[in-house]
Amino acid sequence: MPDQDRVVLRTATVEDRVDAIQAALDAKGLKASEAIEELGHKAQEEWLPRNGARIVARAWADPDFRRRLLANGRDAALEMGFPMPKHHRHLVVLENTPKVQNVICCTLCSCTAFTLIGLPPDWYKDLEYRSRVVRESRTVLKELGLELEPGVEIRVWDTTADTRYMVLPERPAHTAGWSEEQLAAIVTRDSLIGVARL
Amino acid sequence: MDGIHDLGGKQGYGPVRYTLNATAFHSPWEVRVNAMYAHAVRSGIFNMDEYRHAIERMDPRHYLTASYYERSLTSLATLLVEKGVVAREELEHRANGAFPLSSPSAPGRGNAPARQCFKPGDRVRVKLDFVPGHIRLPAYVRGKVGTVVGESPAYPFPDAHAHGIHAEDEPTYDVRFRAEDLWPNGCDPALVHVGVFQSYLERADP
Repeated sequence: MPDQDRVVLRTATVEDRVDAIQAALDAKGLKASEAIEELGHKAQEEWLPRNGARIVARAWADPDFRRRLLANGRDAALEMGFPMPKHHRHLVVLENTPKVQNVICCTLCSCTAFTLIGLPPDWYKDLEYRSRVVRESRTVLKELGLELEPGVEIRVWDTTADTRYMVLPERPAHTAGWSEEQLAAIVTRDSLIGVARL
Repeated sequence: MDGIHDLGGKQGYGPVRYTLNATAFHSPWEVRVNAMYAHAVRSGIFNMDEYRHAIERMDPRHYLTASYYERSLTSLATLLVEKGVVAREELEHRANGAFPLSSPSAPGRGNAPARQCFKPGDRVRVKLDFVPGHIRLPAYVRGKVGTVVGESPAYPFPDAHAHGIHAEDEPTYDVRFRAEDLWPNGCDPALVHVGVFQSYLERADP
């Protein structure tokens, strides 16, 4: 005969745990479902890499804007109608050159300038990218399809505080005379993170 | 805390699972978790430092096997229970099963007593701080010397802010390290930049 009845709960599925939180918050008047409607929309329809792409295109087309962007990224983004959250008090824009490739990461969690670059892709948040990109940058970039000449210096930026970073990729030579709209269309999310060149 | 979350420079992880046009979300529940934690922060139930620290306090086995948004969910639930917004029993009843939460928090700390100001070009050393609570510093730069390349506006000091301790806001410095100084003979050469809070830094000998 067993010593006593012991009820060992199986772990609830992740979906059931999410439902539980949402229902509990709603029941307490904390309006989780409304927040999901609003913030879910922002995360999927507003905070997208096309915002960063438009900023890059403007910087390529307008040297004065480029100077303002490099001096104070947050104000320059706001000037284009892209506000950053209150706790992102500073945006440092990292300019690539033929001899410098910047790449951003967050080894401690997964911080990014998500209103400009978009919520980060899955691989950015994975254990592999976070552990390896600071220590094996050239190897990791090569695995991701970016093989850099030996003379190109790699600058890794680990987002370990509330300063946010965004890469300003180099403008491809064949785009002379293009409109800002055309330019923005070729700027990829991965080039804003710095794991791709254009 | 020297937790499982502090991944920078750790070895043994395989190739990055990279795909072109990778998505941020893979199922609708992930969108809901992301919205609910952001809503809780916005509503003042907890702050971002408490949120990060509650992820760091997850059981390491759970941390490593959980997806990014399951970690987010675990932090959200842990803080809602710790803040008395909802009881664990209610969550488990509603979820019809166990709801794993993070381990309790150890004490935090205030700002360093004598903080120094730095400017671009200054050589700085990261102090040898070993703390049981939250610290927003990757262990791979602890004790290392680098060069200041930028300064941010002042932010709440995370070691205090994650623990409900009052502290002064302080600037962070972007500090440039040579990868070869961080992992001698064990890395790809590069310049590695870390945002370091003022309390973690001291002037290095010229």
